[in-house]
Amino acid sequence: MRWRGIRALLVALAVVAVSLAGPVSALAAPAQELEIFSWWSGDEGPALEALIARYQQLYPNVKVINATVAGGAGVAAKAVLKTRMLGGYPPDTFQVHAGQELIGTWVVANRMEDLTWLYKQEGWRSVLPEGLIKLLSTDKGIWSVPVNIHRSNVLWYIPRNLQKWGVKAPATWDDFLKIAPSLKEKGVTPLALGENWTASHLWESVALSKLGPEKWQALWEGKLSWTSPEVLDVWKLFGQILQYTNADAPSLSWQQAIDMVVNGQAAFNVMGDWAAGYMTTTLKLKPGTDFAWAPSPGTRGIFMMLSDTFGLPVGAPHRDHTVAWLRMLGSREAQDIFNPLKGSISPRTDSDLSKYNDYLKSAAQDWRTNKIVGSLVHGVVANERFMNDFATVMEIFLNTRDAQAASNAAQAIAIQAGIAK
Amino acid sequence: MLSPSLVLLAIFVYGFIGRTVYLSLTDWGRQMALALHPTIHFVGLDNYRELFTGFLDVRFRQDLVNMLYFTLLFVGASLSLGLALAILIDQQVRGEAIFRTIFLFPMSLSLVVTGTMWRWVLQPRGGVNVLPAMIGREPWTFLWLSSRSQYLRFDWQHLPRYLGVGIAIALALVASVGLRRRRRLGPALAGVAAGATLGWALFGPGSHVKLLPFPELHGFNDALIGVVLAATWQMAGYTMALYLAGLRGVPSELREAARVDGASELQVYRYVDLPLLKPITLSALIILGHIALKIFDLVFAMAGPDNAPTSVPAISMYLTTFRGNQLAKGASIAVILLIMVSVLIIPYLVNAFRSRRAELG
Repeated sequence: MRWRGIRALLVALAVVAVSLAGPVSALAAPAQELEIFSWWSGDEGPALEALIARYQQLYPNVKVINATVAGGAGVAAKAVLKTRMLGGYPPDTFQVHAGQELIGTWVVANRMEDLTWLYKQEGWRSVLPEGLIKLLSTDKGIWSVPVNIHRSNVLWYIPRNLQKWGVKAPATWDDFLKIAPSLKEKGVTPLALGENWTASHLWESVALSKLGPEKWQALWEGKLSWTSPEVLDVWKLFGQILQYTNADAPSLSWQQAIDMVVNGQAAFNVMGDWAAGYMTTTLKLKPGTDFAWAPSPGTRGIFMMLSDTFGLPVGAPHRDHTVAWLRMLGSREAQDIFNPLKGSISPRTDSDLSKYNDYLKSAAQDWRTNKIVGSLVHGVVANERFMNDFATVMEIFLNTRDAQAASNAAQAIAIQAGIAK
Repeated sequence: MLSPSLVLLAIFVYGFIGRTVYLSLTDWGRQMALALHPTIHFVGLDNYRELFTGFLDVRFRQDLVNMLYFTLLFVGASLSLGLALAILIDQQVRGEAIFRTIFLFPMSLSLVVTGTMWRWVLQPRGGVNVLPAMIGREPWTFLWLSSRSQYLRFDWQHLPRYLGVGIAIALALVASVGLRRRRRLGPALAGVAAGATLGWALFGPGSHVKLLPFPELHGFNDALIGVVLAATWQMAGYTMALYLAGLRGVPSELREAARVDGASELQVYRYVDLPLLKPITLSALIILGHIALKIFDLVFAMAGPDNAPTSVPAISMYLTTFRGNQLAKGASIAVILLIMVSVLIIPYLVNAFRSRRAELG
């Protein structure tokens, strides 16, 4: 009887031991592997696969594991990544947005390796714009390799429809507020909007137009208070603009908001330039004639960017293969394979523009000449804690339309997130 | 004697619960949450205090209110619809098996699938809203999942008062039940306690306690109706199956006897079947109740992560932890959820355990 009990206990311990040993044995897997962690699936899958195919050509002995976790904006992928990192089982390299999403999460936690030496070896400092490198660096080093650039502050419209309604694309938000009532009278929604994050996306374009690049940057360095009159004005203007958006916005995806513009139900939409990819690839529209674009009102000459990058986590099981992957990612050739398929531009100022469509050519021109600032919603200027709480602030504002309350709440979360003092 | 399952349970259930509770009492490294060895400070109940009274956690509080209304509506609707379907099928209809399958089918889908499907159905520009257009009427414009209008609003800052009144009512009920069972001491004590709590809440210090320095209104969000519809669609069939099994278990002699005594069909159900179905209602209540309290995937798939009108605590917990990197605060939301599920489950388990002992003894 007694012996049975002890035997049972031993079995239980063995089960526990085996289940704990699981991750350890996975760490000791064969050396010829490279695990790439991303949230690129669906429409974005082929671009990643083209990169992987190129890598396999260069390094046929390495088995690439494409560890994609599907889900919008990487919410699901980031949760998986965090549990893996906390569990001490990092992938060889992972997708992360340039800026605070990388620095405020992983670099402050000492989870990334400094890549300054790789930048020196490959001469990337001379082909990447200074503004971008600043977003990827701290005073201790440069932390990841950018593979693409998207623009956040773009206004989309259908020229044919505007002609029919007798309006022009507004150059400032004041212009917009002037033409909006007449559009509304015609039964057209002046500005199409989607769910919560697209409202924040619109907000950052409005804020950039009101604050300008210097004050926008000051906001993120804690030098400009969220309760200052300038920022209060941003919320007020944003509230005015919201009057001219569709009531069912919270139920629409960004694609459905664009669809409203394409179908002639709405005049304009502010969205990142993945919208161009959606319109050309999925809806088969021709850039420049079937649809057109302008910098979002009041932001001419400013390029609000976001960028997908890959880094080298501390303790990556196959460090050498990762370095080879990063070296390839930064090359002009790989970037010109990836970006035309993804519908984004290469951050390199020497990329081969003949491979890109008309929209992307114009974006690349702006990228080389405009002032560069980072996006809030897409992880560049604020850390994840702030971004998560900002979604709540946005909900408070959408519910109450109270500019003062939103400013106060934003200041409070900026303090908690360590941005403001 | 220690059985292996007990060891595993101790580690993987109670050990981890304990760790989550501990985490919820710390700050988990603040900005450096994801460091290899984060510096962890013990902060006591700060996280909880913030959730219930902090200026920024208004969303969590609305989540709690949403969860409460969702649970009441969803459990109520599933139980009544399930019972109605069971009674219908019990009428010896032809093709019973087919109907049973049809009604049970939704349960075989995952909540994510149900959510995605209903997201289409309840789209403001499509689905149900365009039904009137088929007969030439104007389409509806109801915002199923994003309407921001609220009913039954109450002010969160007076929550202690409302809680006091609620507890007093519960104690008074206990007292009245005791009186009916002809006991003396229990009812008297409960009655006194009820009076004291009521006095505390309405005239004593309870009437001055304010959770927040400003009024904050919460209520039932219109948008929840959509979620309740989808969840009921998913689970009513299951409740039907439970009730149907119960109805089939009712001895036909009892019904016959009732009919001989002159009871109508309706009366047979009301006075013979329903009382016998009580234990089934209780199990269904527990199962549906705990599903409702921890609901996540359905709402996430239907309305997305940042749609406050339909948000529930489980979604906030996921976002706080994995998007906002506030692991400690996420843990405290998880503990609050655990406590609420336990409030539902533990009395049931105790009851089940007691009755089994009574059977054995």
